[in-house]
Amino acid sequence: MKWSRLIIHAALIALALLFLVPLGVVVVNSLRSSQEIAATSMIGWPGHLTFANYGQAWNHFCMAEHCWGIEPYMLNSFTLAVPATILSTLLGALAGYSIALWRFRGDQMIFALVTLGIFLPEQMKLIPWVVVLRDLSLMNTIAGLVLIHTVQGMSFTTLFCRNYYVGIPQDLMKAARIDGAGFFRIFWRIVLPLSPPILIVTVIFQFTGIWNEFLFGVTFTSGGQQPVTAALIALSAAITSEPMYGEQSAAVLIAALPTLLVYLFGGRYFLSGLTAGAVK
Amino acid sequence: MAALSIRGLSKRFARLEVLKGIDLDIESGEFTVLVGPSGCGKSTLLSIVAGLERPTAGTIEIGGRIVNDIPPKDRDIAMVFQSYALYPSMTVRQNITFGMECRHVPGPQREAALANVARLLQIEPLLNRRPSQLSGGQRQRVAMGRALVRDPLLFLFDEPLSNLDAKLRVEMRMEIKRLHQRIGATIVYVTHDQIEAMTMATRIAVMHKGEVQQFADPDTIYRYPANLFVARFMGSPPMNTMPARLVVEDGGPVVVIGAGRPDEVRLRLSGYDAAFAYRDREVVLGIRPECIAEAGRAFGDAADAPIVIQAPVEMIEPTGAETVVLLRLGGEPALARISPDIRPAPGALAPFALDTRRLCLFDPATERLIA
Repeated sequence: MKWSRLIIHAALIALALLFLVPLGVVVVNSLRSSQEIAATSMIGWPGHLTFANYGQAWNHFCMAEHCWGIEPYMLNSFTLAVPATILSTLLGALAGYSIALWRFRGDQMIFALVTLGIFLPEQMKLIPWVVVLRDLSLMNTIAGLVLIHTVQGMSFTTLFCRNYYVGIPQDLMKAARIDGAGFFRIFWRIVLPLSPPILIVTVIFQFTGIWNEFLFGVTFTSGGQQPVTAALIALSAAITSEPMYGEQSAAVLIAALPTLLVYLFGGRYFLSGLTAGAVK
Repeated sequence: MAALSIRGLSKRFARLEVLKGIDLDIESGEFTVLVGPSGCGKSTLLSIVAGLERPTAGTIEIGGRIVNDIPPKDRDIAMVFQSYALYPSMTVRQNITFGMECRHVPGPQREAALANVARLLQIEPLLNRRPSQLSGGQRQRVAMGRALVRDPLLFLFDEPLSNLDAKLRVEMRMEIKRLHQRIGATIVYVTHDQIEAMTMATRIAVMHKGEVQQFADPDTIYRYPANLFVARFMGSPPMNTMPARLVVEDGGPVVVIGAGRPDEVRLRLSGYDAAFAYRDREVVLGIRPECIAEAGRAFGDAADAPIVIQAPVEMIEPTGAETVVLLRLGGEPALARISPDIRPAPGALAPFALDTRRLCLFDPATERLIA
């Protein structure tokens, strides 16, 4: 009994450590100077602890002919991810609300089509988006990426919200209709106040997904318009010619920080929100 | 003036016909109960009156105005739901005033109406709580408050007491009745509980299979059930019904249970003139359990001493207030309600008094009341 438990725990801890090794290497390297890494090995303890890499990576480091670090790309990512998250969540909530709680002709069909979007691979949508962005003159703009992520995010947000809202009793809707509330008033006053559990889930999900998204970023933007994930590609290009492991590790960590923070602070809500049931 | 008129109303869901040509006229100030087993269409009928569902055919008139194409909010109705349907994120105060908010009623008027209703229902201390902080009975009150504050032409209640425990249900039943007497509102109340129907209604519509079986005051429904369904549905324990034969002796009708058997029971009827048409024919006899009692019982204001018969006892159920006896009348099973202190022995014969003034005769083919 006791031994088997010990073995299980030991195995789990060992595996967990193994998974954490790459992160550990990056974290440690972000605290070593690139000279030290070059002189010794990519794997090793810092002989001399330094935080200079972070400053360098933030706004001095040279990537793709510009020496302004990743700061502008981080800002691009924020101006992309924040509005796209908010828009796709709100629109998904509204769409999920109308599909779950109102009957209209073809509602089930629309729901099926919207959720089909979840299963379409991104590559498939590249060419249609090229056409749309070109015709709207949104090529190589953050606004164009906001549009893409808002529209595509709605598949998930609609599905999440619809599945949550079907748990809202129909009697509530009836009572509100007799009270004289219309479509939007019921949404704002009754449904939205019941929504925080599912909205937290969709916000976390959307923010993480949009922040980490890469394909549309590299395809539709270039130069100073790129989100940080796309910009980081220049890093790997630089690694082959002139390794700067210290700065590069710091840059990667900075880029990953927002989603890590979202996970650390919101993960709890994410799990409880996914399992949250109907509102009694 | 009719507060609510329903004409030729039917409702069909795909192939299922839920309501088949309903006609009802409900006067202003009446407390009408729609009662019937689950699936009889009573809740659908209420939803259609509320405007939450559309009828397949027929018209709904509220306060002299045809409302078929008028949305629920403009029908001048208020509804109380079985689940209460209180808005979970709002306080009691907001729940009650939400309707007025939607209608842009000015603030002072809202407050006055709220105060009025809160006082009437004694929920003043609860106004700032949320529904999750209320007990079942309190939620029920708030739900009624939300309806009352509208002061509508018509109140609709959809099984409002079904989620309460037995004791609270009886209390709220009385309270709703008192409320009706006090404010004189027109109420349409749906329930599957025939006791609620009998105790609260001024008129009862008994529904079954999408049709109104009978629409009358509670006494008439109980005393003269229009057909066998109503007879068996209303009353607890239900009316005993059994095949019998109608004969005429000495110029008067006599109903014979178990004709030809050694223990046949012959009951002479008086005042059942319609029964002559069924002379020497089979009928279905209905006799309420309280019309079979221990020997020696005088039934109400009956002038004559009741008929006493000897009948075999099969089983007894003492309930405390009375003893319910399963016995055989001419071979047919029947329930009797006798005095609680009398406990006849199962398997033995015991004497029972019969109140023959309140028998019902039904046509065995049409199941309709003969007399």
